Amino acid sequence: MYSETVKDHFQNPRNLGEMKDADAIGKTGNPTCGDLIWIYIKVKDDIITDISFKTFGCAAAIATSSMLTELAKGKTLKEALKITRKEIAESLEGLPPIKMHCSNLAADGLHKAIEEYLGKTGRTVEDL
Amino acid sequence: MVERVNLNHAAGNPVDKRVLKGMLPYFQEFYGNPSSVHIAGRHATKAVANARMQIVNLVGADTKDRIVFTSGATEANNLALIGFAYRNRRKGNHIITSEVEHLSILNPLKFLVKQGFEVTQIPVDEHGVIKLEALKEAITDKTVLFSVQHANNEVGTIHPIQEIADIAGDAKIPLHVDAVASAGQVPVDISDLGASLMTLSSNDLYGPRGVGALIIRRGTSIQPILLGGGQEMGLRSGSENVSGIVGMGIAAEIAGKELEANIRHLTKLRDRLIKEVTTKMEYTYLNGHPSHRLPNNANIRFSFVEGEAITLYLSFEGFLVATSSACTSRTLEPSHVLLSMGVDEAEAHGALQLTLGRDNTETHIDHFIKALPPIIKRLREMSPLYPPS
Ligand code: FES
Repeated sequence: MYSETVKDHFQNPRNLGEMKDADAIGKTGNPTCGDLIWIYIKVKDDIITDISFKTFGCAAAIATSSMLTELAKGKTLKEALKITRKEIAESLEGLPPIKMHCSNLAADGLHKAIEEYLGKTGRTVEDL
Repeated sequence: MVERVNLNHAAGNPVDKRVLKGMLPYFQEFYGNPSSVHIAGRHATKAVANARMQIVNLVGADTKDRIVFTSGATEANNLALIGFAYRNRRKGNHIITSEVEHLSILNPLKFLVKQGFEVTQIPVDEHGVIKLEALKEAITDKTVLFSVQHANNEVGTIHPIQEIADIAGDAKIPLHVDAVASAGQVPVDISDLGASLMTLSSNDLYGPRGVGALIIRRGTSIQPILLGGGQEMGLRSGSENVSGIVGMGIAAEIAGKELEANIRHLTKLRDRLIKEVTTKMEYTYLNGHPSHRLPNNANIRFSFVEGEAITLYLSFEGFLVATSSACTSRTLEPSHVLLSMGVDEAEAHGALQLTLGRDNTETHIDHFIKALPPIIKRLREMSPLYPPS
C-alpha cells in the first residue's frame, strides 16, 4: 500500500533523533489516531540550518516526518512555513487516502517549532 | 526471497490439504444441487447431511439439532442475533453481551437497538475475562438472550463459559455462544454448556473461507434473515455451497481428531514465544489471560512504539503479524477489546497479535525472537515517548 519512497524513508529515516542544542522544539499530537511528532530546529539568520525529528506513529508518520525534514532543511523560516501536507505527500509519491492525516502532523510540528523559535525573540509569523 | 513465517493465522488459515482433496470432486464431478430430486441432487443432499454430522460430532451437538450452513461466521452471528430477537420479541427485548465481542456481534446488536431492543454490554477485567457478577446483575425480566464468545480471538482470553452458561441456565435465558475462535483450539461441547445457539467458522478450522454454521438446538426458534427458496430448513435461503460445506465438514472432523495433538504443539510454541519476548525486552507485556488462553494466541504490547511500524518492519523480514493499533484500523480507533481491558490508548498502539497455526515450527519461533528485539529497539529510539521520564 505504500510507495517505494515511503518505504525508503520509513526504513532509512533522514535526520532522525533528538537534537541536544535545538533552538526550538515543535511538539504535536495527532487527534485522529493519537500519535506524536517532535520536530527540533536550529536557526541562523532566519534560516533552518539543522532539523531533526522523533515520531511515535505509523510508517506514514515516520516517512512524512523524514521527508519534511529534508524539505525544510536550508529553507528560510518563511519558506518553510509554506510546506504543505500535499507537498510532503507528493514528494513521497503519494500516500494512501486513510494516511493523509499523518502528513498534517509533520507540517504542524514544524509550524509549532517555528512559532516557538519566533516567540523566543518576541516575534510572530506575521513578522516574517 | 525471504522465507515467510506466518504468525497471523487469525487473519486466515491455509486450507488443510485433506480438506481440499475432499472438496475437489464437488466442483465438477458432483456438482448437483441438493434441491434436485435426481441422482446428482441426492448425492449433494447426502454430502451436506454428512457435513452436518461432522459438525455435530465436533461440538457434541445432537442429531436432532439444526445445523444451518451460512456464508461464514459473520452471517451466522447475524442470523443468531437478529433471527432470535425478532422471533422471540414477544418474550422481551433485552439482550446481554460483553464489551469484547467480535464486530459481527456488536454491529447486529447496534442494529437491533435501533429497532427498539435494549442491549447491555458486560465489561471485562484486566485480563479480558467477562465479569460474572455484572452479568448476573444485568438480567432483567425482559432479558431474552445472552450472546457471549467462548474465547476472544484478539487477546486469546478464554472466558469461564461453563459458569456463564450456568448463570444463563439458572435464569432460564437462552445462550448463544460465539465459538469461532475456540472451536478446533480447545474442547467445545454445546450439550455440556446447555447453550441454545452456537456459531462456527470453517476457515478457523482450516476449511475454506466463505462457509460458517449456526447450530440451533432443539426447542430454540429463530426466524430467517435471508428470504428466498427456503433452503437449510427454511432458515437460510440460497443454493447450498456444497463444496464449501463438504470442506467445512472434513475440517471439523480433522479438528476434532487432532485436537489434543494441536493443543500440545501450539501451547508449547506459544508459551516459549510469550516467555522469550516478554522477558527479553523491557516495557513489554502480555495482553489477555496468562493461563486461560487459546493455545494459538500470544498478544503482546510494546510500550512507546506503534504497531503498524513494527508490523511493516517485520514483514520486510518475512514475518506476517497483525496489530491492534489505531493506525491500522479502518476507523483509526484503538481496539475496543484492549480499551475495555483498561489498556490506555498509547499502549494499545503497540500491541501485536501473534496467532500460531499448525504449520508453525520451533524454528519459526527461534527466528522471530531473534528478529524482533532490534526492531523494537529501533522504533523506540525514534519515539519521543522513549525513554520514559
Ligand atoms: S500516525 Fe496513526 S495512522 Fe499514521
